[in-house]
Amino acid sequence: MAEAATATMTETDMVVNLGSVEKVPLGQGRPFIINGEAIAVFRQRDGRLFATQNRCPHRGGPLADGIVGAGRVICPLHSQKYNLQTGEGPDAHHCLTTYPVENVNGSIVLTVPAETRIQHAPCAAS
Amino acid sequence: MVDRRRKKLVVIGNGMAGARVVEEILKRDAGGFDIAMFGAEPYGNYNRILLSNVLNGSQDATEIFINSLAWYEKNNIRLHAGVKVTAIDRERHVVTGVPLRRGAAPYAFERPERAGADADPIEEPYDYVIIATGSRPFVPPMEGFGAPGTFLFRTLDDCSRIAEYAKGCRRATVIGGGLLGLEAARGLLTHGVEVTVLEAAPHLMTAQLDAEAGQILKATMEGMGVKVLCEKITARIVSENGRVTKLEFKDGGSAETDMVVVSAGIRPITEVGVGAGLTVEKAIVCDDQMRTSDPAIFTVGECAQHRGFVYGLVDPIWEQCNVLADVLTGKNPAAQYRGSKLATKLKVMGVELASMGATKPAGPDDEVVVYREPRRGVYKKLIVRDNTIAGAILLGDTDSAGVLTQMFLAGKRVPERRTDLLFAGSGVSGVSLFNPAELPDNAQICNCNGVSKGQIVAAIGNGCGSVAKVGACTKAGMGCGSCKSLVAQLIESCAGKIVYDASEHYYVPGIPLEKSQLAAEIRSRGLKSVSAVFAEFAGDKEDPASKAGLASLLKSIWADEYEDERDARFINDRVHANIQKDGTFSVVPRIYGGVTTPAELRRIADVAEKYNVRMVKLTGGQRIDLLGVNREDLPKIWSELGMPSGHAYTKAFRTCKSCVGTDFCRYGVGDSIALAQKIERRFQGIESPHKMKLATAGCPRNCSEAYVKDLGAVAIEGGKWEIYIGGAAGGSVRKGDLLVTVETHDEVLKYMGRFMQYYREHARYLERTYTFCERIGIETLRKILIGDSLGIAARLDAEIQKAVDAYKDPWKEDAERPAYAAQFNAPEVAGVAGAAGLQEETSNG
Repeated sequence: MAEAATATMTETDMVVNLGSVEKVPLGQGRPFIINGEAIAVFRQRDGRLFATQNRCPHRGGPLADGIVGAGRVICPLHSQKYNLQTGEGPDAHHCLTTYPVENVNGSIVLTVPAETRIQHAPCAAS
Repeated sequence: MVDRRRKKLVVIGNGMAGARVVEEILKRDAGGFDIAMFGAEPYGNYNRILLSNVLNGSQDATEIFINSLAWYEKNNIRLHAGVKVTAIDRERHVVTGVPLRRGAAPYAFERPERAGADADPIEEPYDYVIIATGSRPFVPPMEGFGAPGTFLFRTLDDCSRIAEYAKGCRRATVIGGGLLGLEAARGLLTHGVEVTVLEAAPHLMTAQLDAEAGQILKATMEGMGVKVLCEKITARIVSENGRVTKLEFKDGGSAETDMVVVSAGIRPITEVGVGAGLTVEKAIVCDDQMRTSDPAIFTVGECAQHRGFVYGLVDPIWEQCNVLADVLTGKNPAAQYRGSKLATKLKVMGVELASMGATKPAGPDDEVVVYREPRRGVYKKLIVRDNTIAGAILLGDTDSAGVLTQMFLAGKRVPERRTDLLFAGSGVSGVSLFNPAELPDNAQICNCNGVSKGQIVAAIGNGCGSVAKVGACTKAGMGCGSCKSLVAQLIESCAGKIVYDASEHYYVPGIPLEKSQLAAEIRSRGLKSVSAVFAEFAGDKEDPASKAGLASLLKSIWADEYEDERDARFINDRVHANIQKDGTFSVVPRIYGGVTTPAELRRIADVAEKYNVRMVKLTGGQRIDLLGVNREDLPKIWSELGMPSGHAYTKAFRTCKSCVGTDFCRYGVGDSIALAQKIERRFQGIESPHKMKLATAGCPRNCSEAYVKDLGAVAIEGGKWEIYIGGAAGGSVRKGDLLVTVETHDEVLKYMGRFMQYYREHARYLERTYTFCERIGIETLRKILIGDSLGIAARLDAEIQKAVDAYKDPWKEDAERPAYAAQFNAPEVAGVAGAAGLQEETSNG
């Protein structure tokens, strides 16, 4: 991932190693604060990792505390549902910023692309 | 020594009827009789209705016993178990029985196989005899039955023999496509054999179904992997080398099989009556007081013929037992049994079925109303005669069975719109006093999610034809659910009718099975974790909206064998606290019956100060809520409080509040505080489909609001307690239904526990008791829970006891050691990986 990033982007992209995947309980999410931003990392039972903004755009619920499965998360406060891959939510005004994340030799490696730090909620485009 | 004044009562038969009538007699007059019982089976008494559960492994043989041998001892009943009665000597007034050889068929017609030369006959003198010999399986005439690999299906021993033999078989054939035959087929399926059912008639279950329903059931069964052949009469069972190999049919065909179970109906066992010279026709003839042609001899159950009818269902037989007990004890010497209308609700291989009265119209004046939906296996048929129900069949969907049965039994006039009778919640049971169609568009229908009538009507206009679809579109009805009936009415008035949506009946959205079907599958396949259920039914697609519901069901099925996966729990249940709007949590310790102490209050105050609790609030459940707590402080707060979890965060028994009762109140007539504390100590943390809030009131002034609780106990004059169920005073307001009036605290605990278990087993996930009680109907609940019409009371009591025994305080468990890493961690602040690569980041874990 880091290697794949282009030279121009490496100046602004941020690649973070969050440590062992075991830090996120199997089938659940866990919040991390990265550069002041709360990001939820999810580890599905099938091993897939996802990362999204932790704050639910509806009423600010902590998505890392939601129930996860089949590539979706349900917010614990009002049961809003989001697609973890695309960030798509119940409507165009309620979607999530998602972050590229992978399992590299058992570690969670997350990328915060430059543009997401400036411009929020780009998911309507996806 | 036998008390000379006590009448000697001999009961022949220790099956469901025999044991039941004795129980009824003991209830009315505990010491009035010197009782001896003969039972041909070598056990106490068990619930024969549940035999198929034993065969399919969902219940253990020990679970279906109704009365253990200790019960007979405790009640001073001489039980001759494994002894078959051979004669009633009406001159000497003596009943004679002989011990059976172990393993001999208790229902054999021929001379009993004696246990041995030294086993002397047993004699019991009598004043009264009750014949409750029941029935034996009917074996249609055929050659070869009796060879190894051929079985009947009637007793516990039959079950274990069938299960044992099936281990070495690939194919099994059941002869008989009635209720019992299909139950046997269901049981055999779980033993991994290919099952074929043979029925002589043109369709299955001729006693309960018409031809069309029979065809639908056949298709449903074939979908489950059971092959069904109708109009097949077996001529011969062929064996080679001591093993069954095939069946030859009267029509010349044949089919290979490795074992045969005959379950082709039952016949009354009447030899004892015949031998004694009593009047016997189809069965032993009795009058309206269950008296045979000899006034000292009575009969009840499947061996009794009353006004030309022989009954094989539990309800009528329980009625007979009540009448006979009234007559014999003198409690009501004029009691009369007048026959029963037959209505039955049962499950065949997991398929719901209700059948009552006639299956076919009697003449051209009978009106027949039919609804069919073959793809989903649903068929409903009504036969209306003189504006009352003469018969009904409901297959695949029995939601309206409760209402129909009530109308059928009471002979009530049916509504003009017959469709109202076929679909639950379409007006007969639910009451609507106003028409939501007349509301203005901006009227709010769903108060939880703030959905207006206009939004709902628009969704209906866009094609949402069911309550579930409207909910998915607008969120109406997705909160507390109490507006769902209004949504349904709006759909009806806008679109004309509600589209039937099978998914509304799924227990969870991600698995297309109703609760009972899902539970049966989970049991029979031994699925103990949420991920195992997904793997089996959803191809590993772990629908997040289904996880918590599955976790709840699995826990109620497996208790401490349940394999807990924390990710399947809602956040509240992961951290045992209630999440608040800002992501903090609330902590409610248990305060039994709302009675606390200065020491507890001091600890609560200390904790609140130390951890900067943002608000300390008295709750409606007579407890104290600490609000605005950070997750990482939870374990410390729990241990410093030194109080158990109040479970205010979960779908479980919450609390039992009380008034001051007799200790201080000048009106109190019952000790409501002691009772509330007993209730709360017993049922704390018992998980259920939704929360259960309880209260006890020391008098009918109801200061503690017990009338409007999920379960409430109200003391009344005369040292009695009324138990109410299904009350509500939340989003819906409903006064509970009176379940029963009892005299002691222990009885309150018993019936409350029994109701809770029934609710745990039968309610849909997130269905509160008030909807549940309305759906099932208080009459039915009373019959089942008080009258034990299904014979499940003892099992329910045992199951709730199991749940009580499995209780552990989650605060205590997880405060000592988190259940998983990061359970109580605050968000982790992460750094940036070095340019060189991805070395392990250190963190606080």
